[in-house]
Amino acid sequence: MTSLDRKLLRELWRLRAQVLAIALVIASGNALLIMALTTIEALEETTVAYYERSRFGEVFAEVTRAPEALSRELAEIPGVQRVSTRILEGALLDLPNFAEPVVGRLVSLPAHGADAMNALTLRSGRLADPDRPDETVIGEAFAEAHGLEPGDRFDAVLRGRRRTLQVVGTALSPEFVYAIAPGGLMPDDARFGVLWLGREALAAVFDLDGAFNAVSLTLTAGADARDVVARLDARLAPYGGTGAYPRADQVSNWFLQNEIAQQKNMAHLLPSVFLAVSAFLTHLVMGRMIDTERREIGLLKAFGYSRLAIAWHYVKLVLVIGGLGVVIGALIGAWLGHWNTRLYAEFYRFPFLLYRPGPESFLLATLVSLGAALAGALWAVRRAAALPPAEAMLPPSPPIYRRSRLSRSALARHLDEPTRMIARRLLRWPLRALLASAGLAMSVAVLVMALQWLDAVDSLVDSVFVQGQHQDATLAFHDLTPLGELAGVERLPGVLAAEPLRAVPARLHHGHLSEREAITGLSLDAVLSPVADAEGRPVPVPPDGLLVSRQLAGMLEVAAGDVLIVEVLEGRRPRLALPVVRLFDTDVGKPAYLALDALNRRMGDGRVMRGAQVVVDPTRRAELLAELKTLPAVSGVQFRQAAIDTFHATLGQTLFIFVGFFVGFAAVLSVGVTYNAIRIALAERARELATLRVLGFSRWEISYILLGEVGLLTWLAIPLGCLLGFALAWYLSSAFATELFRVPLVITDATYARAALITLATAGACAAVVRRRLDRLDLIAVLKTRE
Amino acid sequence: MPTPSPASSPSTVLVARHLTRIFRMGTVEVAALRGVDLDLAAGELVVLLGPSGSGKSTLLNLLGGLDAPTEGEIRFHGEPLTGAGERALDRYRREHVGFVFQFYNLIPSLTARENVALVTEIARDPMTPEEALEMVHLGARLDHFPAQLSGGEQQRVAIARAIAKRPELLLCDEPTGALDRDTGIVVLEAILRVNRELGTTTALITHNAVIADVADRVLHFADGQIVDSRTNAARCSPAELVW
Repeated sequence: MTSLDRKLLRELWRLRAQVLAIALVIASGNALLIMALTTIEALEETTVAYYERSRFGEVFAEVTRAPEALSRELAEIPGVQRVSTRILEGALLDLPNFAEPVVGRLVSLPAHGADAMNALTLRSGRLADPDRPDETVIGEAFAEAHGLEPGDRFDAVLRGRRRTLQVVGTALSPEFVYAIAPGGLMPDDARFGVLWLGREALAAVFDLDGAFNAVSLTLTAGADARDVVARLDARLAPYGGTGAYPRADQVSNWFLQNEIAQQKNMAHLLPSVFLAVSAFLTHLVMGRMIDTERREIGLLKAFGYSRLAIAWHYVKLVLVIGGLGVVIGALIGAWLGHWNTRLYAEFYRFPFLLYRPGPESFLLATLVSLGAALAGALWAVRRAAALPPAEAMLPPSPPIYRRSRLSRSALARHLDEPTRMIARRLLRWPLRALLASAGLAMSVAVLVMALQWLDAVDSLVDSVFVQGQHQDATLAFHDLTPLGELAGVERLPGVLAAEPLRAVPARLHHGHLSEREAITGLSLDAVLSPVADAEGRPVPVPPDGLLVSRQLAGMLEVAAGDVLIVEVLEGRRPRLALPVVRLFDTDVGKPAYLALDALNRRMGDGRVMRGAQVVVDPTRRAELLAELKTLPAVSGVQFRQAAIDTFHATLGQTLFIFVGFFVGFAAVLSVGVTYNAIRIALAERARELATLRVLGFSRWEISYILLGEVGLLTWLAIPLGCLLGFALAWYLSSAFATELFRVPLVITDATYARAALITLATAGACAAVVRRRLDRLDLIAVLKTRE
Repeated sequence: MPTPSPASSPSTVLVARHLTRIFRMGTVEVAALRGVDLDLAAGELVVLLGPSGSGKSTLLNLLGGLDAPTEGEIRFHGEPLTGAGERALDRYRREHVGFVFQFYNLIPSLTARENVALVTEIARDPMTPEEALEMVHLGARLDHFPAQLSGGEQQRVAIARAIAKRPELLLCDEPTGALDRDTGIVVLEAILRVNRELGTTTALITHNAVIADVADRVLHFADGQIVDSRTNAARCSPAELVW
């Protein structure tokens, strides 16, 4: 080991606390980056492998009823590799010990063999025997939610006929990686379940002998999915096709890809915040170190060390600090990545999880992190290398202060000298002050960004479920039902009020743009579930013409006054030209509304409804639930309270953990900045402070001078951080916006206050630690030597 | 031989008895002071002479309340300094003692006037910063920052800062050590003027024997003790000094 290296090690040891503080900031950025990269890698790898092994379909379509013979015709569509027809139906399930009816998705078991598309992965038991119509394989998540095992039984109402089904196995399917009920916002495994039954059994119940009502296709390599969708639609239209869609729009896959896209967003943004701060910190610490080592640098140069050797010496120091951060970050990042991926596996049901982070993620994160640290040190290292030896041997001239216009102002005249010292230092090195303040502001910003998620979820729940909805439950009917039957719904036990509802699947066209979206018919005097905007204010449905969400309007590029071509995908499949009368903001989905009367009139199938919103007398709830389980006409029930609970339970638990992590990371940022800023101020000013002590200033008075500066910067950082936090939250909420829901940008005052308090507390703790060094300030030694 | 002044008279400001200061460096003990006795009379100017390491600075630090003796006692107007708490020592320095250092120790971010104001703001009955700077003939450079002043000017600001509170005791540790002769003389003149006009008791450390001629009394230090004490019959003026 050369003596220069020995010096390096001793320097590192002397500065160990500061080195650690910087390393932890680098580690935070590195860990976040690795977490995001490895999670993306694991999710993508797992998804691709699972879809491939289970031969997940690439185009899907549903029809009312099509003869099996049609499948051969479909196979001839150019680009289609394989066709798999099946039966998809809905049912209400009656589970023992669960009061509410459960919405069941019935799927005919795929054919056996290596050719089976959307192949099931059995998790327990066996597949259902095609000859035993009462046997069923159920989704694993649903089984776990109800503690169901092979051998257990429960009742199901299939097309009005009550049947007892026997569970013979549990399974996972690529179609239900994210199992979400139609119309749901979150998976609710207790209230939604997937059941696979023998094809014959389903055909018998649903009158689909020799026919199918759903099809999935795989495509040949290079085939254009959009072209296949168009051709498939044309073939299926006569059979009541409701519009084919590619894998990208398949619900489960759509959620999954969305999640991956969000992780990618995170991989860009958040680590950058930490790495920018770590660059600033290395800048700060290396700059100070080179100031204090001027004489040594001059001496080394006088001995004949080259500029390069000097530069390399300091670069090595940065590399050790950065390397420490990278190693700590890699360990934390790998652990977080694994944890994060496992968390995903709770929501996204894969039969296996490929968490095999390759070296690329780590390599990339290492390069980025070291690059940031080195970039920060670049200026200081260049200064060291450029220092002429003769000048370096001289003591540095005292920093030159000037009286600014500010210090001549009336305000300045009232300042006492210690305060003037603080102000002058800030004005003397404004860039350094600004960067330190910006570093602390980043910490506030990360906190605001993390804490606002809780605000956003509260606000989303409030605007969607509390302000926007007043029904207790939504009933869905198997068939179109005359509006006259609403009286029947009102007569159900416990039902206090009911309102009709109808939604028709449609494809909306505007110019060359088109989107699949249901048109929801609401009665004009709807009070239970009126249309409400993002702020929860009611939006009136126009008597004729469309009320369109801004999200959908944006996708179709329409404004109020434009005409949309609505290609209805059910019934007589009319093609309607409807004016857009009004736009409104909503955080959920991309809905379009039409007055129920207008919808029925244009559909031409009488005054009908497809479901009803109901208000329930809470004391008679159990009675109603029991009744609903027996009603043949009802295909699904959704409870508002259950949706709110699921929303909170699902998001709540993960969100709190994430917010906790970010509070930790933000604390690391604030500690890193505060601690280094105060230590450097102390190193630079020990002599000054000792002089003041000798002049009769007490410890607390000199503490004020030392900490006042950081205190002032912290106060400046808070409003700046709140602004940055708002920008960060705005960026994240727009980057994380999906078709299904936009996380609203809501930041309460309490969130700003919490972020500010947490930052003040960590800065205060750091200040208290460094302040204790003032008690040990060696007055005599400091005064005897020249700086 | 140490020659203590006559027993404390009413004009005695500070009395030190049997001062010993031992520094422990690991297992080694170094006695920087070994039983020093000293009385400082009001208005007296005492020069402490001696080689490096002879204990001059240690004594000055003890007198100024920057350090505590291992043994012995210091009384300021009869009040013991030894054993006084930190707060009392802060007050002692704040109200009664002025320090001048070899390396000036000005605050670079404050102008000359503000460096002095630093002290006048916390003192009980100070002169104004302008008056103090006028005393050291710097009335014209009030608003200059240390970086804009020469070494001698900086030292005179330091003297102004030390005397602005009208201290009873002015302690100067090698005030001319970093200065050339001409500048040194200007600084010495400032110290003498303060001593003369304000009657401030002054103790001045130097290793430059020539300076001793301006003092009322000269104490020679060696090996942690006062080995010689002489009283000058007549004080020279700094301009007469040659070094």
